[in-house]
Amino acid sequence: MSAATIDTVPVEETVVVKNWKNTIIFGVLALVALLLVAFKAPHNDVTFRLSDGITWANIPNLTFSATAFGWIAILVLLAIAALSAVQMNSGKKLGKGLTAVFWVFFILFILVWAIGSAKSSEVSLVNLLSGGLALSIPMIFGSMGGLLCERSGIVNIAIEGQLLFGAFSAVLVGSITHNPWAGLLAAMLGGVLVSFLLALFSIKYIVDQTIVGVVVNVLVSGLTGFLFTRVLQPDAQNLNSAPKLPSFEIPVLSQIPVVGPVLFNQSVLVYLMYIVVALIWFALNKSKWGLRTRAVGEHPKAADTLGVNVNRLRFTNVLWAGAVAGMGGAFFTLVSVSSFNADMTAGQGYIALAALIFGRWKPMGALFASILFGFSLQMQFILSILGTAIPAEFLAMLPYVVTILAVAGVVGRSRGPAASGQPYVKG
Amino acid sequence: MSTANSSVPLDSAASVAQSATTLGTESQPTPSTPNPQMQEHEKPSLFTRIAGGGIGLSIGAMVAALVVGGLLIAITDPATQKAAGYFFARPMDTLSAAWKAASEAYLAMFRGSIFNYEAKSFTKAIYPFMETLTVATPLILAGLAVAIAFRTGLFNIGAQGQIILGAIVSTYVAITWQLPLFIMLPLIVLGGILGGGLWGGLVGLLKAKTGAHEVILSIMLNYIAVNLLLYLLKTPLLQRPGNTNPISPSFEDYAIFPKLFGHSFRLNWSFVIAVLAVIFVSWLMNRSTIGFRLRAVGANPHAARTAGISVASGYILVMVIAGALAGLAGSAQVAGTERVLTTGVAASFGFDAITVALLGRSTPWGTFFAALLYGAFRAGGVSMQVETGTPIDLVLVVQALIVLFIAAPPLVRSIFRLPDPSKPKKKKASSKAVAEAK
Repeated sequence: MSAATIDTVPVEETVVVKNWKNTIIFGVLALVALLLVAFKAPHNDVTFRLSDGITWANIPNLTFSATAFGWIAILVLLAIAALSAVQMNSGKKLGKGLTAVFWVFFILFILVWAIGSAKSSEVSLVNLLSGGLALSIPMIFGSMGGLLCERSGIVNIAIEGQLLFGAFSAVLVGSITHNPWAGLLAAMLGGVLVSFLLALFSIKYIVDQTIVGVVVNVLVSGLTGFLFTRVLQPDAQNLNSAPKLPSFEIPVLSQIPVVGPVLFNQSVLVYLMYIVVALIWFALNKSKWGLRTRAVGEHPKAADTLGVNVNRLRFTNVLWAGAVAGMGGAFFTLVSVSSFNADMTAGQGYIALAALIFGRWKPMGALFASILFGFSLQMQFILSILGTAIPAEFLAMLPYVVTILAVAGVVGRSRGPAASGQPYVKG
Repeated sequence: MSTANSSVPLDSAASVAQSATTLGTESQPTPSTPNPQMQEHEKPSLFTRIAGGGIGLSIGAMVAALVVGGLLIAITDPATQKAAGYFFARPMDTLSAAWKAASEAYLAMFRGSIFNYEAKSFTKAIYPFMETLTVATPLILAGLAVAIAFRTGLFNIGAQGQIILGAIVSTYVAITWQLPLFIMLPLIVLGGILGGGLWGGLVGLLKAKTGAHEVILSIMLNYIAVNLLLYLLKTPLLQRPGNTNPISPSFEDYAIFPKLFGHSFRLNWSFVIAVLAVIFVSWLMNRSTIGFRLRAVGANPHAARTAGISVASGYILVMVIAGALAGLAGSAQVAGTERVLTTGVAASFGFDAITVALLGRSTPWGTFFAALLYGAFRAGGVSMQVETGTPIDLVLVVQALIVLFIAAPPLVRSIFRLPDPSKPKKKKASSKAVAEAK
């Protein structure tokens, strides 16, 4: 369902429409930026604290006028939008680099504008980035779980359920054993359990995969909610207070200015995330398993002809996906807080799915898209502390609006794995 | 739910033409039921058809789901756990405790949803059933919103946001204008249609024009709607004067649906609107030209396009209609039972609606009865929670299990040893047909 319904517009039409669409989006965004500065100019200078704690070199704080930066950013945005229009007129496409520059500048612009409009405008960059990275952990693991499924041809809407059940199993086992590692293992197993349901119904019983995913999410939400009220809450002391996963600094590396504390002074789950993402990227692109997985996701019949057992490979991949997404679930109860609450994943599984599509079904793309979402979550927290003039609700909306723009503008053209969502029946 | 891989859109004319010819004769691809035509060809015995066909499967799925739910209640029941401590000494203790826990919960649910046989007066006895109908009203409307999109090949996960937008516009109308009831009510209903229709239409428009995936679009629009509601409830536009909580002013009497059977029951005229909506959708999808086009788009977009039907306008149109239906659910909530707009206006109706539409197999009347069933679960779940302390989340588990079981007929058949209406060979063929139809 997912892949197939995307490309329902004839190809000849789409080429023209899509490209203009990007130009239009650029133009509108540049205009929005212009209006924001023209009518609601930030009144403060923005200060970024660059070095918190011990680093090799103490970098002085970065202070500049938010309004001045705003105008510079607007010039860049307008220039790229205009260039895009000119290019389009002569039938060429805008380079990938310039598109990236546009988005980076737009995000920076919003960031600086928002901070500059706040009551207090001094922000620790390290805090902003490292908090954002930590918050993106469940979404990264979730989108990796989604990736493993989708690249082998199974739509995984059940990421939300995998995260939630992972969080639940983690706190239960972690509290009973007083061991966060056991909790982490349980989170993975919990994710696998949810995955098993997804795989069983979508592969064995050939039920529509999107439907199974949604229903499994409802099931997990009900089940964990029921068990939480009935089992965890009455005995919260023993069943709902897991020890946290340790966090530590990596010596030397964590001393690098800015980057060090952001990347190398984190919870152990973050380091595991580096390993998992690297492993998935390597395995998918460089190993025999990866080739087979991609073949099964793009053209299962061809893979079958060459002797790959399509449904068995899909089944095991879906189970692996559950283990990965389950690790993301552990973030909620073993890193963020140490107790479970009903529906505590709050739709992050769906955001992970969006990140996966935003990242064009590629490990690195999904990684950065997830980080973007985590970053915007952290922005909300920081801005609410700074006392911003913008209503918090609009800040909360921003990532979703950006996703819609991205999905409609940039990603609409790119396709998911061709066979994603289609059951494979031999013969 | 949609067609096969379409990276070769127009040049494979042969296959498109072939699907175009089958389009006219093909029955609606309902999710994972054996092809009904297949059964007619074979003429199995009446018992086989009833036991193994739709009705038997639905009942089987319900029984299986309730049994699993009962086990869940029993396992987590403290008394049962205590008795299980000496299981090997007196096993019957455990079993009777388990039976007691589960049956008491389910009986409380029955009393809270269908008929309260312990009540003193007739009004009190049928109150639960009226409550079921009341709770079912938004589910019927939102369920239709999901079902109609399903039939057109779209997965409308955004009923949540559409309900919210409908409720926002309805509330704005209700608290801004002061007109007689017979003018206000149509305006409020229109507001719901407008708000929901816009929100749904946005999904359809973006999907049709840019090819973005409707699931992602509607998930994002759900979150945007939630935040928009939060924001508006803090502005003078919707916030109750002199209040700091996100809550709207109460609706006056001239701005709410009148009660249907007097003031003893909460049931109001929005239920009638829901029934009318079912009839309208039933006519639209089965009898009208527009419905035929929409179904054609849902069955096979390529064939539909070849036959001269605009797929893009089909997507936009169906999402406007779906959004309008969900928006109506929002009106029914604020002007029916709640009489006020809060952040919890959409509750979990948007997601319940998906399971309702699935259980009703995306047909209007199927959705209607599925919504009644879920309404009964909801209404009964409340009294189950109050009377026996069993968390209402159990209802979600049972609902999800029913849909899962119904979606996988072979599983239910093997649990209950039901006969299969089609022979094994035919069964394979029919399941393949369903798979292809998706």
